[in-house]
Amino acid sequence: MNYFPDEVIEHVFDYVTSHQDRNSISLVCKSWYRIERLSRQRVFIGNCYSISPDKVIERFPAIRSLSLKGKPHFADFNLVPYDWGGHVYPWIVAMAKSKVNLEELRLKRMVVSDESLELISSSFANFTSLVLVSCEGFTTNGLKAVAANCSLLRELDLQENEVEDHRSQWLNHFPESSTSLVTLNFSCLKGEINLAALERLVARSPNLKTLRVNRAVTLDSLQKILSWAPQLMDLGVGSFIHDPDSETFYKLKNTIVQCKSIKSLSGFLEVAPYCLPAIYPVCSNLTSLNLSYALGIPASELIKLIRHCKRLQRLWILDCIGDKGLEVVASNCKDLQELRVFPSDPFGAGNTVVTEEGLVAISFGCKKLNSLLYFCHQMTNTALITVANNCPNFVRFRLCILDPTKADPLTQQPLDEGFGAIVQSCKGLKRLSLSGLLTDKVFLYIGMYAEQLEMLSVAFAGNSDKGMIYVLNGCKKLRKLEVRDSPFGDAALLADPGKYETMRSLWMSSCEVTLGACKALARKMPMLNVEIIDDSELTVDEALCGGAPVAVTADGDDKQKVEKMYLYRTLAGPRNDAPEFVCTL
Amino acid sequence: MLSRDVADDAELELGLGLSIGGRTKHGSSREYGRILTAQDFPSLVSKAIINSNNVASVSGTKRAAAEPASQEGGGDDSPTSASQIVGWPPIRAYRMNSLSNQAKAPHSMEGKRTVSKKDELNHTPEANRLYDRKTSGAVKEAQNLGFVKVSVDGIPIGRKVDLNAHTSYETLAHALVNMFFRSMNPIGDGEKELVNRPSKLLDGLSAFVLTYEDKEGDWMLVGDVPWGMFLSSVKRLRIMRTSEAGGLVIWETGFTYFGKCLLFSYCKYESISLSKRLEFAPMFLKMWNLAVSLFGYCADFFWLTLVASGVAFHSLVL
Repeated sequence: MNYFPDEVIEHVFDYVTSHQDRNSISLVCKSWYRIERLSRQRVFIGNCYSISPDKVIERFPAIRSLSLKGKPHFADFNLVPYDWGGHVYPWIVAMAKSKVNLEELRLKRMVVSDESLELISSSFANFTSLVLVSCEGFTTNGLKAVAANCSLLRELDLQENEVEDHRSQWLNHFPESSTSLVTLNFSCLKGEINLAALERLVARSPNLKTLRVNRAVTLDSLQKILSWAPQLMDLGVGSFIHDPDSETFYKLKNTIVQCKSIKSLSGFLEVAPYCLPAIYPVCSNLTSLNLSYALGIPASELIKLIRHCKRLQRLWILDCIGDKGLEVVASNCKDLQELRVFPSDPFGAGNTVVTEEGLVAISFGCKKLNSLLYFCHQMTNTALITVANNCPNFVRFRLCILDPTKADPLTQQPLDEGFGAIVQSCKGLKRLSLSGLLTDKVFLYIGMYAEQLEMLSVAFAGNSDKGMIYVLNGCKKLRKLEVRDSPFGDAALLADPGKYETMRSLWMSSCEVTLGACKALARKMPMLNVEIIDDSELTVDEALCGGAPVAVTADGDDKQKVEKMYLYRTLAGPRNDAPEFVCTL
Repeated sequence: MLSRDVADDAELELGLGLSIGGRTKHGSSREYGRILTAQDFPSLVSKAIINSNNVASVSGTKRAAAEPASQEGGGDDSPTSASQIVGWPPIRAYRMNSLSNQAKAPHSMEGKRTVSKKDELNHTPEANRLYDRKTSGAVKEAQNLGFVKVSVDGIPIGRKVDLNAHTSYETLAHALVNMFFRSMNPIGDGEKELVNRPSKLLDGLSAFVLTYEDKEGDWMLVGDVPWGMFLSSVKRLRIMRTSEAGGLVIWETGFTYFGKCLLFSYCKYESISLSKRLEFAPMFLKMWNLAVSLFGYCADFFWLTLVASGVAFHSLVL
């Protein structure tokens, strides 16, 4: 390869698109490193604090697409205080200053301010794509700036963000000349939308393939929109309630029939069961169906709907479908690859709608299943072993038993054997979430068999440090480990400090780790940021007497248990935007 | 006649004091943003014990794997433990909000009746009400709730509280105290004493004031308005120490006091009957508070004058 001019090598590299592959290429030799970095356009940074923006821009001056992730995963479940960090603003400022030709920005779990959005819209003339997942900190005013100034905008995808509604009528700010939209997803917005503006926008966007609207878009408006956009492939419905005998409903049914390209349906943020038959005509083409927000649809209606969906590959549903419903899914949806069953009543006292039987039925029917997220009230070892035997192709297996330490109800045994079977059978397993009663044994199995495991989530599991040590020693490809409420302590944390440099991050909360151990680790591994999140609380007594909590600092008592610890490898050193309750050792 | 007037007035007595809301005989529906003291949380101690017991029982199980699970966390306990644990079940806050908002929807969407075109009998007026845009409008307002940020003076970590989970100021106050203040470990000696004699909590208090920021960006005392109105205007919460909140509390109380003086003097002048007074007193006070917050914070001097004139009114008129 050394005999070829750089341009040729670069051209070859253009065909290598995956991040991991490109990272590997850059390690081959100096000239490849140079060529690769100068031609790299898409950069993915899994932890925004692992490197400073300036270094990224310096290494990849041709960067056009940036993906960033901010807060740790457990922030989704309120375990991370809301102003912990993850601000995107410094990144935008750095890129604007260096005149980077940014076209795409994908953010997950980051704090995005209106200022950031405004800066994006004014600094990058070729900006085409903004994807925000689980972010917060911005309002509809920021969206207004993006709509108004990004003339080439093709993709505006807002997934499950916390957006403050300032009644900005942001949709009106798309200029009349804007005809380039391909994806528009504002399903997470809580406020009102100018329906006429939306209809006009859809009418002048012939390339629109994905449209996901919010609850404010009514059924009659939806009907008008669909009549303008029969080419839609991905539709997210807002409010799906109407008098089934009305003319509007009749028109809607006819319009839907025209939409022959719809492959993905989602939304149904407000839906009445008697309106569901309207979508039957598109069901036979559907490959993706998300009904996980549609409370109040009885199992019978769901089953009727599923029977029409023979080509389904992805299904997100609520547990009201029941075990019987899952049997219907198993017999109808032979192509199913991804299944997520969410609880409709997370704190309910176990109206056991979905149990291990549903999962077993699925495993018999859907042999191609590779991704699972399953919330249920109970699980047995035999069920898990059966599932492991039937579906050896799991890449993601996340099981959440709602009672966090529930044993196998048939044998009263822990679920070690069941999960052991899963990791042994699924050789390609990359992501695993455990729940139920578990001892150190399950970690022994994971360490022994889960060779491809990259992410492990542990809650209320294990007996001793040995559990965590098995995992750290065994899983060579482990990148993220997050543990809560498990008895892993200092011996586990310090067993293999070098391991953490091969991982992206480690989260431990409500474990047995002490401050002294964290300090020792931080001293030994300067390339890690070991953050202690001070979650100390006052007793009522102290509060009433006007006391203040004793902050956990580096000077605290070494034997003190650390409530929340988050460590990650970094080239950037301790971060300078850490709030006062975060102490980097 | 005179004696009856006096008797009437005794019920509508003014009170200037930080415990204005203490007079519950005015009707239990009036909830005030008064200082939260231990008196408000008589069940705090017992609740705290339940909290720590539940958590302890859960952690007990995880360590003793040999123990059969049926010993604890069986039927009744498990749902309670699940709901006491922070961040469990692991569902994104966005999804939790969405589900709980929908579950609170006033009109039934459970599809108890499947309406088919052929079946005319199903078109009852009740079914038609389901399509009523008005109810869906009210639902839409309730939909915008979810987790709001709460911060406490002196505690660096802010948290979020789920307003959907509460139906009154009391449950919200309970939850906030549980959230920020560590539940007491019943093992310690000093704590045991407190458990046995809850009255000890009442001594030597410094207390807190619960305030909120509304949609217009003003900070108000929690409890001045009915619960529903509070829900529709709250943006975030802050628990202030009395020493810092002093201004806000006295400010609002001063104005309310003056407003009451005006009101009663007017009533007396016009000889308006007692029942009529009771009728429009709350509304008047609401509007008065609104006007007061509009005039806002740049009138400390104004306040002083008002209190002075209020006192004058009080003695002259009543």
